[in-house]
Parts: sequence; structure tokens; C-alpha cells
Amino acid sequence: MIDVLVNNWPLFAEGFVSTIELFALAAIGSLVLGTILATMRVSPVPVLRTAGAGYVNIVRNTPLTLVFFFFVFAYPRLGLVELSFFTLAVVSLTVYTAAFVCETVRAGINTVPLGQGEASRALGLTFPQTLISVVVPQAFRSVVPPLTSVMIALLKNTTIAAGFSVHEAGAITPALSERGEPILLGMLWIVIGFLILVLPLSAMQRTLEKRWRVAR
Amino acid sequence: MTATPSPPMIRMVGVQKHFGPLHVLKDINLEVSRGEVVVVLGPSGSGKSTLCRTINRLESIDSGTIEVDGQPLPAEGRQLARLRADVGMVFQTFNLFAHKTIVENVMLGPVKVRKVSQAEARKTAVELLERVGIADQAEKYPAQLSGGQQQRAAIARALAMRPKVMLFDEPTSALDPEMINEVLDVMTTLASEGMTMLVVTHEMGFARRAAHRVVFMSDGEIVEDAPPEEFFGAPKSNRAKDFLGKILTH
Repeated sequence: MIDVLVNNWPLFAEGFVSTIELFALAAIGSLVLGTILATMRVSPVPVLRTAGAGYVNIVRNTPLTLVFFFFVFAYPRLGLVELSFFTLAVVSLTVYTAAFVCETVRAGINTVPLGQGEASRALGLTFPQTLISVVVPQAFRSVVPPLTSVMIALLKNTTIAAGFSVHEAGAITPALSERGEPILLGMLWIVIGFLILVLPLSAMQRTLEKRWRVAR
Repeated sequence: MTATPSPPMIRMVGVQKHFGPLHVLKDINLEVSRGEVVVVLGPSGSGKSTLCRTINRLESIDSGTIEVDGQPLPAEGRQLARLRADVGMVFQTFNLFAHKTIVENVMLGPVKVRKVSQAEARKTAVELLERVGIADQAEKYPAQLSGGQQQRAAIARALAMRPKVMLFDEPTSALDPEMINEVLDVMTTLASEGMTMLVVTHEMGFARRAAHRVVFMSDGEIVEDAPPEEFFGAPKSNRAKDFLGKILTH
């Protein structure tokens, strides 16, 4: 059983390194974009609220594969900056996951008592300062578990990129079958690989929950 | 410099406010002079908290004018934020920032709004915490403190902005009886030091002891406005008599 892994080690290694890169970049991107979208959705400016809601409704209801189709096939025809398949995959994953991060963070913002924002505004902090210093940090603390779920979903969604010429972990199985290796065993190793990647995320969730428990 | 009299610290003229069909503030006219301590009394639902909250525009008004230190209240944005920085507010439910330690709570305003350095803000914060008697709690989180300690921290947080005037919105209503006095003591000291204060409260003892004027509200109106001895000794209106009768008999 170990033979499949050992004989094709470079294939596995490259695949998973690529997966980790995709995940890390898209995670950072979607957390930033999603948080910005969430603050837009709770802002007092109607245009921002509508834009935020529109983004979520369109992107969240579009299958990820279609988002990939758009960026990999339609985007290059727009004649803008030329981007590699890898970059386009990161963009697709970021755009898609940001919608979910947005709704999770927004749910967190709604759990922060109104008085927190009032006290901040009463001190003379502006709306953006209130969000950054008082509301969003508390919002994140209350949504660690669902946000971790969104990140785990993102990690698994990276495999879709295999269909768009990015050699990540999802592309290992087709490559194995070309080489005439036993696919089932190969898949088993991929599953184990993903398990190993998810474990740190779960550990991080536990640590953050424990550290922030005292806060409220 | 000509000898123009300085404007009142708070000036409300013809202020009206509705919550839907409910007329919560009916033609409010009120002035609070520099250094004056005004206590607002009244049954619950009389609009006294709303009145307090309109002064730094946590509640908007339908019509009328509100001026703080001669400046009309700006509608929104940076100018409003700047004005709020000069108006300290203490809430019934403390509203300390739950994710920050006590000393960080006190430092936040000076650092973010007044652009004071961290070190200087911390020094001032510790001094203020000493002044309200909870310097030993500086590194704890709000949830680890008693209600009375939290409210004293909230007062320190407001004072850190060096406000021109302090608004107290029922500061002792959420406290256990044995903690009320520690908060009232801090407030009494503040009043005796010449701070301009508008205090919404049910604490008659504090009103007698510290107030220069008592404003009595009922059904969104200011019914009486008199020095405490006069208000408690000889209330003019039936509504005030009725209110005092209910709370002073036991």
C-alpha cells in the first residue's frame, strides 16, 4: 500500500504543496474580502449595503465550478491583465469563499450588543474606527467554529482547481491512473493527506475558542 | 475680549421626538450651565433617558436645536464624532468593551480619537483608575469585575477624554444595592470638583446631596425645574407630588 505513495512521491508532494498554497492565499484573500463585505452590509450607507447584499446573493448562489469557468475561460477574453491558471484559481476561490465569510462575520457582528458600538461612538470614535477597534474583533470571537467550517470547506474546494489545469491534490488521481497505479489506494492517501491538513485547522479552532472564552 | 457671557454647556430649545406614534420628547427647553449638576427625575417611560441620549445624538431628534458649549449638534460624520469626544457618557449597562482589559478600555478613546501615545494614555488611564479606586483591576477583563467596579471603570473611561460635560444615563439602575454607593461616591466627588453633569437617576439621595437643580419629567415633558430643596420640599405639580409620594413613603 505504501508503494503507491513512495513510487509517486513527487506527484503527491507537488500536488499537496500546491493545495496548501491555493488554500493559504485564498483563505487570506477571502477573510479580508469577506470582512470588508460584512462591514459594507452593516454600514449606514445604503449603496454599500446594497452592493454587499448583491455580491453575496449572486456569488453564494453560483456553483463554484461556474465561478471557475468564468475566471478561467471568460475573464481572459476580456483582454485585461493576463493571469496564470494558478492565480485565476486563487481568485475564483477567494471570490466564492468571501461570500460565505461575509455572512458568517455578519452573523458575528449581530451578536455584539448594541451598547458596545454606542459606547465607542460616545467616546468620539468614527464609524470605521468603531468597527475596526470594537465590533469586528468581538464578532470574530463569536464565530470561530462556523468560520473554521468555512475554511475547511475552502480547503476541500481547492480540488476543483484540478479541472482547470492546476496541479494540486485533486489532480493526483488522474495522474496516477495514467501511470497505471491502483487508484483506490491512491485516493486513500489523498484522503489521509487532507485529514492531515484539516487537523491544524481544528486545533486552531480549539485554541482560539479557549483563549477568547474569558472575553465575554 | 469683550465680556460676552459664556454660552451654557448644554442648551436644548423646542426639542421634539417621536418613536413611531409615541411622542417621547414634547417641546423640551433645557439649559445646563458650566459647572452645574442637573439631575433628571421621573417615572420610567417619561423620556428622561431619551433626553440624555439626544445630547450626544445617540438618538436623533425630529425638530428643535441642541447646542453643546455654544455649538449646534452636527448631523453625522467626523464633526459629530469630534463633539462626542468632548461629551462623556456613562450607560446603565456599563458597556465596557468586552474584549479589552480595563486599562485598555480607558486608553482606547485617547489613543484613537485624541492620538495620544500608548505610554501616555496608559499613564493617564492608571491615574484615573486610581482615582475611582480600581487601579488593582487594571489588567482584568470587564466580565471579571463586579457591577460597581465596571461602572467606575466606565466613568474613568469617559473621564479619560477630558470631557467638558458628563452625561449619566441611569448609572446605578443595573447595580446591586451594596454597589450603588461606591458609584455615587465617585459621582459626588466629580460634582464637587466642578464637572458639568446631567444625571438621569432614581437616586433621590444623590439628587438632594449633589444636584444644583432637579428636572422632573413626565410623559415626555419637563414638568418641574427647581433646586432640590424646593422640589423635594414643596413640589408644585400634582404629577411630581404623586411621583414623590410613591417613592418616598417607604
